[in-house]
Amino acid sequence: MIEKALVKRTSKAYWAWIAFLAALFAVGFAAYIYQMVNGFHVTGMSRDISWGMYIGHLTFFVGVAAGGVMIVLPYYLHNVKEFGRITVVGEFLAIPAIIMALLFVVVDIGSPMKLLNVYLYYTPHSMLCWDATVLPIYLILNIIVGYNVLQAENKGVKYGKIVKALAVFSIPFAFSIHIVTAWLYAGLPSRHYFLTAMLPAKFLAGAFATGPALIILICFILNKLTGFDAGKTAIDRLATTVAYAYTATIFMVICEFFTAFYSNVPSHKAALQYLFAGYHGHDQFVPLMMVFLVLVVVTLVIMIPRQTRTNYKLLGFGCAAAFLSMYIEKGLTFVIGGLSETPFGTIAPYHVTVPEVLIIVGIFALGFLIASILFKLVVVVKKDMDLGAFPQEDRAALPMKYVAEYNKANGIVEEVKAPAAEAAPEEA
Amino acid sequence: MEMNRRKFLKLGTAAVAGLGVAAASSNPAVAAAVNGSYKESAGKRSDVTWGMVIDMKKMDEATLNRCVEACHKYHNVPNIDTQKDEVKWIWGETFEHLFLDEVHDKMGDKYKDMSFMTICNHCAEPVCVRVCPVKATFMNAQGVVGMDMHRCIGCRNCMAACPYGARSFNYKNPRLYLDEINPTYPTRMKGVVEKCNFCSERLAVGELPLCVEEAGGAIIFGDINDPNSAVSKAIADNFTLQRRTNLGTKPKVYYIV
Repeated sequence: MIEKALVKRTSKAYWAWIAFLAALFAVGFAAYIYQMVNGFHVTGMSRDISWGMYIGHLTFFVGVAAGGVMIVLPYYLHNVKEFGRITVVGEFLAIPAIIMALLFVVVDIGSPMKLLNVYLYYTPHSMLCWDATVLPIYLILNIIVGYNVLQAENKGVKYGKIVKALAVFSIPFAFSIHIVTAWLYAGLPSRHYFLTAMLPAKFLAGAFATGPALIILICFILNKLTGFDAGKTAIDRLATTVAYAYTATIFMVICEFFTAFYSNVPSHKAALQYLFAGYHGHDQFVPLMMVFLVLVVVTLVIMIPRQTRTNYKLLGFGCAAAFLSMYIEKGLTFVIGGLSETPFGTIAPYHVTVPEVLIIVGIFALGFLIASILFKLVVVVKKDMDLGAFPQEDRAALPMKYVAEYNKANGIVEEVKAPAAEAAPEEA
Repeated sequence: MEMNRRKFLKLGTAAVAGLGVAAASSNPAVAAAVNGSYKESAGKRSDVTWGMVIDMKKMDEATLNRCVEACHKYHNVPNIDTQKDEVKWIWGETFEHLFLDEVHDKMGDKYKDMSFMTICNHCAEPVCVRVCPVKATFMNAQGVVGMDMHRCIGCRNCMAACPYGARSFNYKNPRLYLDEINPTYPTRMKGVVEKCNFCSERLAVGELPLCVEEAGGAIIFGDINDPNSAVSKAIADNFTLQRRTNLGTKPKVYYIV
């Protein structure tokens, strides 16, 4: 079935996009080689801030992967039929997201040739060990389930019972990947920005806003490019999920501010002061956090009232703002902010370097590349089999359209003009 | 529960648990503690728990520098002078930084800026050991928190976890920053974490840690389980401080102020 993404209904623009992403990945890979040859001093990490951008991105993309469960769970457990058309989008979104998350771990490991020691000397009292356990399992489950669901659709049959059982089985794993990632931080005794029981809940709420927001954006993009229609009720339901989950996340952010500043305990305030206002003369993240605050307001204003949320132009903005704001909060500033106050009560600055950015861009490119191929596959299969998702096409006219396409490609001129020959634009 | 975990954490401590060479010791305290054979002590918690008292009344800047130099030279610690990438096992830190919970606004500069010797605390409840995904950092039978730099994958979770900033990562190739190499102690490659090991390789052959030898009485070292040891008496008879005791890590380094 995978060949459908490679040979069927491909266009020059599609291949140009794939080539562009592959080139970006190659640049990132070259930067990684540079980092491994020269050592980690080419990154912004230091003796004081031992985890930086890479682990921040790991955290964020684990969240994106877990967010897909907001489609999978209602569909498989509560039989929410509207999601039927896009469950595979949720499952396929998790695949590139986890691959990216795992790659962000790999590029962060100082001695990657010894990486398999994690399995050789399996250490359950380490949370990193649990991350290395649940992430690959969730990845494999999503590959199996997503592929089989689409394969069944491709063959015009319903997916098997085992596939459904595995889909249900993957639901607790979606939660666990993000809980374990939160516990990676929430158990460190001297890092007060991390040391809060709120963290796993905040991470999950954030993920359940980011994942569905991204899925809505993907549906909009697929609609623009291919005419794929996710269905209005599905989009509206997802938008409601984003609204609730996002509001809950912001509530928890406010709770953190309250506890830190009402209690007035200096080490509880330090990270928030450093990020939002500057502390001990270090204020490099303040502009970014101001962007975060603006995006929070934009998201809440668009996502909470029903009138704006159901306006698809505004919804697109709202989802983009939700996604970007969580990327800033969780992906870019959470880890560095938490480690910024050193064990000596001083503030250590973090300066992102060019190799670091290139490596991150390379991993993004690979993630986008995998996502493009998978979603292309989804679109092609659905276009072939499920005409419901493409209402502008006429099933009866489809054979004639193919005949016309074939004739055109082979220079055959026929008297009778096929009805759909000049309609049905190829995807850009 | 506690004993179970200790037992668990002791995997991989066999090398340091070997205590068969008492005769070579020049120090009676160490010689007295070093007894029994490898077979007897392997897999068991030793009766001995090493601890250290740093007497800041006797420790001056010159002594501290001697300790730092002796340690770093012996352990092939690279000499990198940027704060971002530096590697250090033992160094001087101000009172304000070391005892940040004890400092108040009006404290005089001469007290705030007192230079204190800083090393790994060899906690009885080490966070670094808890978070390490490969048991590359472990506690040995005498309570020393050690590092297996061959096993370390360089994930730096221990550095984020350590509340004392005791750990360094080899951001640069350390072999390029060594003036001379001590062939009796291994050098490291880039991409692994390292830290003070209480000179466990010396303790194993009945010798005192280098800083203790260099300090000439300013550092007292010995078995904190033995109430008659010099170190236990120093703790009992003096007003001592420990770093960040509120975190439950139970450090084994004490400071006489």
